[in-house]
Amino acid sequence: MKIRIKFLKQGSMKFIGHLDMMRYFQKVMRRADVKIRYSEGFSPHQIMSFAAPLGVGITSNGEYLDIEVTETESSAVMTNRLNQVMVDEIRVLSYKKLEDSSKNAMSIVAAADYTLTFRERYKPEDLDGFFEKLRGFYDQNQILIVKKTKKGQKDMDLKPLIYDLARKGDAVFMKVSTGSTDNIKPELVMESFYEGQGWEYPGFTFQIQREEVYGRDGAEGRLIPLEQYGEDIE
Amino acid sequence: MRKLALPDEILLSIQQPARYIGGEVNMCVKDPKDVAIRFAMCFPDVYEIGMSHLGIQILYDMFNRREDTYCERVYSPWTDLDKIMREHKIPLFALESQDPIKDFDFLGITLQYEMCYTNVLQILDLSRIPLHSSERGEDDPVVIGGGPCAYNPEPLAEFFDLFYIGEGETVYDRLLDVYLDNKKQGKSRFEFLKKAAGIPGIYVPAFYDVTYKEDGTIKTFLPNNLCAPEKVTKELVVTLDDAPYIEKPLVPFLKVTQDRVVLEIQRGCIRGCRFCQAGNVYRPLREHGLDYLKHYAKKLIETTGHDEISLSSLSSSDYTYLPELVNYLIDECSAKGVNISLPSLRIDAFSLDVMSKVQDVKKSSLTFAPEAGSQRLRDVINKGLTEEVILKGAAMAFHGGWNRVKLYFMLGLPTEQREDMEGIALLSEKIAETYYDEIPKDQRHGKVQIVASSSFFVPKPFTPFQWAKMCTKEEFLERAYIVKNKFREMKNFKSLKYNWHEADVTVLEGVLARGDRRVCAVVEAAYNNGALFDSWSEYFDNSLWMRAFESCGIAPDFYTVRERGLDEIFPWDFIDAGVSKEFLKREWLLAMKEEVTPNCRQRCSGCGARGFGGGVCYEDKN
Ligand code: SF4
Repeated sequence: MKIRIKFLKQGSMKFIGHLDMMRYFQKVMRRADVKIRYSEGFSPHQIMSFAAPLGVGITSNGEYLDIEVTETESSAVMTNRLNQVMVDEIRVLSYKKLEDSSKNAMSIVAAADYTLTFRERYKPEDLDGFFEKLRGFYDQNQILIVKKTKKGQKDMDLKPLIYDLARKGDAVFMKVSTGSTDNIKPELVMESFYEGQGWEYPGFTFQIQREEVYGRDGAEGRLIPLEQYGEDIE
Repeated sequence: MRKLALPDEILLSIQQPARYIGGEVNMCVKDPKDVAIRFAMCFPDVYEIGMSHLGIQILYDMFNRREDTYCERVYSPWTDLDKIMREHKIPLFALESQDPIKDFDFLGITLQYEMCYTNVLQILDLSRIPLHSSERGEDDPVVIGGGPCAYNPEPLAEFFDLFYIGEGETVYDRLLDVYLDNKKQGKSRFEFLKKAAGIPGIYVPAFYDVTYKEDGTIKTFLPNNLCAPEKVTKELVVTLDDAPYIEKPLVPFLKVTQDRVVLEIQRGCIRGCRFCQAGNVYRPLREHGLDYLKHYAKKLIETTGHDEISLSSLSSSDYTYLPELVNYLIDECSAKGVNISLPSLRIDAFSLDVMSKVQDVKKSSLTFAPEAGSQRLRDVINKGLTEEVILKGAAMAFHGGWNRVKLYFMLGLPTEQREDMEGIALLSEKIAETYYDEIPKDQRHGKVQIVASSSFFVPKPFTPFQWAKMCTKEEFLERAYIVKNKFREMKNFKSLKYNWHEADVTVLEGVLARGDRRVCAVVEAAYNNGALFDSWSEYFDNSLWMRAFESCGIAPDFYTVRERGLDEIFPWDFIDAGVSKEFLKREWLLAMKEEVTPNCRQRCSGCGARGFGGGVCYEDKN
């Protein structure tokens, strides 16, 4: 049976790297006595995969991992059982059953939402002016950047990969293309904006938080939060 | 969000920020305002090493059971952060509360190996605690040292307020009670040290004076304060099952060296190898009961979620209920996808059978530790492993499908001759021949691979070899070349590999192991010259130490290559570690006569440890 787990990663846990998060969850599964399936072979490993790795330093309200289990209790019971053996700053938000035929989270990731909050000393004095300019930046028909690749440099248009860029209180909100083909990091968008204004972009300007990760509906092309692919177990 | 001592800008610009944030699974959380005693427990090395140490976890758990105490952890900041902390004047902090160490009541530092001594000074320095005990004031934490190196605390004597000699589980409670009492009465630090000196196992260096003879050896070593006893007796847990074990060990996020459940099955050793400090100072052997271990094995796997459990002891094969325990673990673990690792097993039919069940034979290797290349020298060191046993074990293993063998030796042992050195190559060759003789061509899984490694011998306090002369660096390397050249002559040369340890660092370890109080100045000078993380070969810089010896006017040779007289007073003689000096002397003389001593289960040799009233000394005698 396939299960999708949504969790948050907050506070000091942002310093835990992706590989360590994987090891963390492997241990969580054993502590919570989740009947997870193991691969065959002499040193079996748990069947577990993460949707989209989160960079060190970024917090998140919407992380996903898929597992396979041989049996399970209800979503409520399992969520509770997992949270009992977790640290405070990593919490399971939902535990849902997927269709047996469904693709794993990693392969369907299409977009993600981010909130970028100014670190106090990098906050512009004229916030309204800042967001005015940001609007102007997003309203362009094309946002060309030079992307460094393994082979060299290439021009790339960011515009079609930014699905939303807006003000949210004092913070920046954005919805950008994510996944294996066009993976846009929020930092890349902001760098391009600052550069366009002729400003320097200091490395620690924003505390970035991922809010949600989406897949794309085949027929209409609509973005769907990954957890909505699953169903609660009663 | 939990408070962090370091800002994001720093944490995101150094390696492995997870080393410094705490917050691990099973971390103890208390409000510092609610406790009377704040204890910072330190392992003076990088997080991944320090977090792997079982002893600290046991003490952490034990201290935190006290409602009036909050025990937190601190490790050596790695070189990248060390530099930043100095530049930005950031004081060293504890992982749990992220508060400065300077605000604590105690700083306890475990001393597991000599090469961590400059890191001890780093910890004090970054905490802004005066390096010298004599310079500390009422507001500074009380600095305590413990662990195996506390069996000769003298090279660090000036930096510690007190040392705890022996196993930590016994009198710490009393020490903390005395501290609280003293604090409540509004009495001074000095008053506390005086009271502490009266607790068994506690050594307060400031209360002892040392005088030296003209030849540099010790003339007298005597208390200068009535509160301090002439002899400090090591503390020990007589009945292991009575001592607390951890129920919920910390589970780090980072991959640490021991990323597994560690189950201590026994303490001490019956074998009496003459070079081994642990085997002597942890006497007598005491075992855990089978039910106790079964209970904790299950519990610890549940509370940590680790995918591996490892048994810990000096010689697991001597554990009385080993077959029962291992079979239980195999049943319990296989269902949960948990691996079992069994270090320090003697190779025989039983262990091979067990190993074939718990590991992939094709990927694993057999380990033998003959320690010396010839039977003569193995008799000198009292290592009861014969060539016949090794070859028989190897043959059995080859039939079982193994074809990789690791061999551990020491070079520079007392009385070592050319034949003993060459014996390392000869024994390795015989093992290779055994493979080709025993296993028909069509059944071999490729070539046999034999890796022989030698470390250089360092005489340690409280061993029969504490009188021994150590080799110089040149002698060590010369010996390694003799072995290497002999390997070249072997018929199966291509199946054999030989490597050896570094010599510089061994010589230094020799100085620190048997050093006296005068060596404190050298450690401090080396630290001031920039020595740090000396146990990491990429950071060890011998020239920093050589300059330190020179500037202090101290000759390292005095501590290493000098022949010690049988009646010399050693810097550590004030400690009663159970094994008597008489016994050690007897053993030293027997070694010179190439005579072996039976193990504790064959015949008691009257080492002195019987006085503790338990363990193997009383087996079959109740
Ligand atoms: S007193 Fe005898 S039995 Fe006890 S540890 Fe010493 S030698 Fe072994």
